[in-house]
Amino acid sequence: MTSLIAIDALLIAACTWFAIGLAGLVAPRNTTFISKTLFPLGALVGIGVGLVALDSLGSPAQTAVLVIGLPDLPFHLRLDNLSAVFALLLGFASAGISIYAAGYFRKGEGAAPGVLCLEYHLFLASMLMVLLADDAYAFMVAWETMALSSFFLVTTDHKHEEIRRAGFLYLLIAHIGAIGILLSFGVMTGGAGDYSFAAMRTQELAPFWSSAAFLLALAGFGAKAGLVPLHVWLPEAHPAAPSPVSAMMSGVMLKTAIYGLLRVSFDLLHTTIWWWGVVALVVGLVTALFGVLYATVQNDMKRLLAYSSIENIGLIAVGIGLTLIFHAYRMEGLAALAMTAVLYHCLAHAGFKSLLFLCTGSVLHATKERSLGKLGGLIHPMPWVAWLALAGVIASTGLPPLSGFVSEWLLLQSFLFSPGLPHPWLNMVVPVAAALVVLVAALAGFAMVKFYGIIFLGQMREPALKDAHDAGPWEKLGLLWLALITLFLGVMPSTVILRIDAATRQLLGSGLADKLNENGWWMLAPISPERASYEPLLVLVTIAATLLLGRWLVRHLYHGRVRRSSAWDCGYHFEGPRAQDTAEGFSQPIRRIFEPMFRMERHFPAARDTKPFYSVKVEDHFWYWCYLPIARLASWISTLIVTLQGGRIAVYLMYSFITLLVLLLVARP
Amino acid sequence: MNSAIPFSAQLINLFAAVILLLAFAMLAQRRMLTLINLFALQGLCLCLATLVAAVTTGQVHLYYSAGLTLVLKVLLLPWILHRLVRKLNVKGEVEALIKIPTTMLVGIVLVMIAFNVALPISELSQTITRGTLGIALAVVMLAFLMMITRQKAISQVVGFLSMENGLFLAATSATYGMPMVVELGIALDVLVGVIILGVFFFQIRDQFDSLDIRHMEKLKDN
Repeated sequence: MTSLIAIDALLIAACTWFAIGLAGLVAPRNTTFISKTLFPLGALVGIGVGLVALDSLGSPAQTAVLVIGLPDLPFHLRLDNLSAVFALLLGFASAGISIYAAGYFRKGEGAAPGVLCLEYHLFLASMLMVLLADDAYAFMVAWETMALSSFFLVTTDHKHEEIRRAGFLYLLIAHIGAIGILLSFGVMTGGAGDYSFAAMRTQELAPFWSSAAFLLALAGFGAKAGLVPLHVWLPEAHPAAPSPVSAMMSGVMLKTAIYGLLRVSFDLLHTTIWWWGVVALVVGLVTALFGVLYATVQNDMKRLLAYSSIENIGLIAVGIGLTLIFHAYRMEGLAALAMTAVLYHCLAHAGFKSLLFLCTGSVLHATKERSLGKLGGLIHPMPWVAWLALAGVIASTGLPPLSGFVSEWLLLQSFLFSPGLPHPWLNMVVPVAAALVVLVAALAGFAMVKFYGIIFLGQMREPALKDAHDAGPWEKLGLLWLALITLFLGVMPSTVILRIDAATRQLLGSGLADKLNENGWWMLAPISPERASYEPLLVLVTIAATLLLGRWLVRHLYHGRVRRSSAWDCGYHFEGPRAQDTAEGFSQPIRRIFEPMFRMERHFPAARDTKPFYSVKVEDHFWYWCYLPIARLASWISTLIVTLQGGRIAVYLMYSFITLLVLLLVARP
Repeated sequence: MNSAIPFSAQLINLFAAVILLLAFAMLAQRRMLTLINLFALQGLCLCLATLVAAVTTGQVHLYYSAGLTLVLKVLLLPWILHRLVRKLNVKGEVEALIKIPTTMLVGIVLVMIAFNVALPISELSQTITRGTLGIALAVVMLAFLMMITRQKAISQVVGFLSMENGLFLAATSATYGMPMVVELGIALDVLVGVIILGVFFFQIRDQFDSLDIRHMEKLKDN
C-alpha cells in the first residue's frame, strides 16, 4: 500500500500547483493575496514534493495510469529512482524560489500578478509531469506545456521589443528541440506504434537506429539544456525573464533536459555504443569552454550567469559522456562514479545557480541596474544578499567546502581512471579532456570573481547606489534556503550520495553505496581512501577556524592602529569610484588570450577626441556561422517562392487545377 | 448492347449528357444572365437525374437530395444571382482570358481525361448510375476551367456552383449520394458561400468600381 502513496502524492502535488495557479486568476490584480498567500503555498507544496521524492528513493518503481488524454491513449506515469532524484531537485529548489518570489513580484511590473502566478505554477506542475511521464505522449504534452508556460514567463515584460525577440528565439529553439525529441521517440518505438516507455525498454533496435535515436535525443534535449550550438536562446531568455523565472529555468528546467537525456540514453536505449560517449564528451567540452569564456567577458550580470549555466550544462554533458564510455566498456564502478558526479552536479547547480540568479534579482530591485559597470560596493547596503551570494559564488567556482566542489571533484576523479579504458586512443585522448575541464573550472573561478567583486566589493560606482536597500524578509528566507541547500550538499556529500545512489544503481546496475558505507558519513572516498578522499567537514572546520582566528588576531593585535584615510592618488586628484577596475577591464586579459573565440567590435578613442570613449561589444560566433546562413537561406528560398504569388486569381486557380489533374493521372488505378 | 441497359439508367445517362452539354454551353456563354439560367437548367437536370435514381432504387434519402437540389440550385441560388446581377448592373458581356474556341478545345481534352480516369472507378461501382461518373468528373473539370478563364467575379461563383453540381452528380453516380448529413452540410456551405460572396461583390465594386478581378492583382504583398 505504501508503494502507491508516493506517486499519488506527487500527482496531488502537481494538481495542487495547478490549482494554486488557477486561484491566482480569481483576483489577478490582488498582489498581496497572490504573493503572500499563493506563492508561499506553492513553496510548501515544493517542500512536500522534495520530501516525498526523498522518501521514495530506493523503493521499487511505482506506476499509475491516468485516464485523461485521448480516447484509448491514457497517460502512463511512473515514479522510479531517476525521476525521484530530479523531483527532489525540483521540489527543494522550487521551494526556495517560490518563497523568494513571494517577496519579489510587485505591483505594476509587467503582466498581472495573477496571470504570472498561473504561468509560474503551471510551469512547476508541468516539470513534475515531465519527470513522471512514462509514455512519449504524456512526456511530450508535459514538455510542451513546460516550454509554453516558460515562454510566457520569459515574456512577462512583453512591452520591450528585445524581450519579445528573446521569447521568440526561445520558443523557436524549444520547438526545434521538441522535434528532435519526438523523432527520437519515434525511432525508439521501432515502428511498433506503441509509444509507452515500457515498450521502448524492450524494443531491440539495430545499432544504426539506436544511434540515430541517441543523436536525436542529444540534439533535442541539448536544445533545451543549452548545448552548443543550440545555446543561443539561453543568454537572451535568462536576462529577459524576471529573476525568479531565470532561477527556475536555469536551476530546474535545464535539469529536466538532463533528465530526459539520461532517461533516453541509459533507460530506454538499453544498449550503449562507446562513441556516443565521445560525442557527448566533445559536445560537453565545447559547451563548457564556450560558456565559461563568454561568461568571463559579459558585462550584464544576468547574461554572465546565463553563460555560466551553459558552462555547467557542458560539464554535466561531459559527465554523461564519460559515463557512457565507461558503461559501454562495462566498467560499471567507474560509470557509477561519473554518473554520481552528473547527478550531484545537477543538484548542486540547481542550488547555487538559483541562488545567484535570485541575488541578481535583489540587486536589480535595489538598484534598477543590470550592467556591472554601474554597480559596486553593494556589500555595505546589502549585506544579506552579498553574503548569501558569496555562498553561491564559492559553490559555482567549485571551491571547497560547498556543493560545486564535490561534483567537480567527483568528475575529475572519474577522469583520473580513464587511462584504464581498453581502447588504444581513447585512453590517451580522454585525459586531455580532463585538462580542459580543469581549465573550465579555473575560468569559472575568474568569471565568478568578476561577478562578485564588481557587484559587491570595492566602492560604489554610481552615487545612486547609496539608496540601495537589502532584500525583504521573504527574499532573505528564499536565499537562505538555497544557501543552506548549497552548504548541505557541500558538507554532507556521503549522506546525499547514499540517497541518490538508488538512481545510479537503477541505470547502471551498480552504485557507490558499498564503497561509501565502508567509510564513515564524514568522508567521501568513491574508490578507496588510499587513493583519494575528501572530508568536507574537516575542510569547513579548518576554514572557519582559520577565519575566526585571523579575525580575532586582527581585532586584538592590530585593531587599534587601523585608521581610514583616502588612498594615495599619485598626485591625480580627479580619482573617483569610477576609476576602479571596470567589468571590461577585468576581463580584458581573457579577451586577449582567447581572441579568436570572440567576435568583437571595439571602439578606441582617437588622440584628439573631445569626448573620448571606449566600447567593446562581444558577439557570438555561432550567430554568424550557423544561424545567419540558415536565415539567409530561408529568406532566399522565400524570395524564390514568392514569385508563385502573382496576385492573379486565375493563376492561383490554375495551380490547384493542374495539381488536381496531375494527381488524377498519377493516382490512376 | 443498348437493350442491356435498363430504361431508367438510359434516362439517367441522358440527363447526365445534358448536364455535360450545359457545362459546355456555360463555358461558351458570354452573357451573364444566360449563364445563370444555364446554371439553373443544369441544376434542374441534376434534380431530375437524382429523382430517376430515387424512383428506381427506392432510396428515400435520394428524394430528399432531389428536393434539396430543386430548392437550392434551381430556385434559390439563381434567384440570388439574378438579384446580384441586377443590383450590381453587370449584365454585359463576360470577358474571357482565353478565346472561347480555345477554351472549348481544352474542355474536350479535359472530358477525354475525365472519362479515362473515371473508367476503372465506375467498373468497381455497383450502382445503376455508374456510367455517369466520367461525365460528373468532366463537369467538375469544365467548371474549374470556367473559373480559371473568366474575368468577372460573378461568373467565377457560377463556375464554383457548377463544380458543386458535378461533385453531386459524382456522388450520386458512384454511391447513390453522400450521407444525408454531408449533403446537408455542403448545401448549407454553398448557400452561405454565395451569400458571403455576394457581400464581397458589393465591397469589391465599392473599392474598384468594377467586378473585374484583374483589379485585385495589386492586393498581393511584396
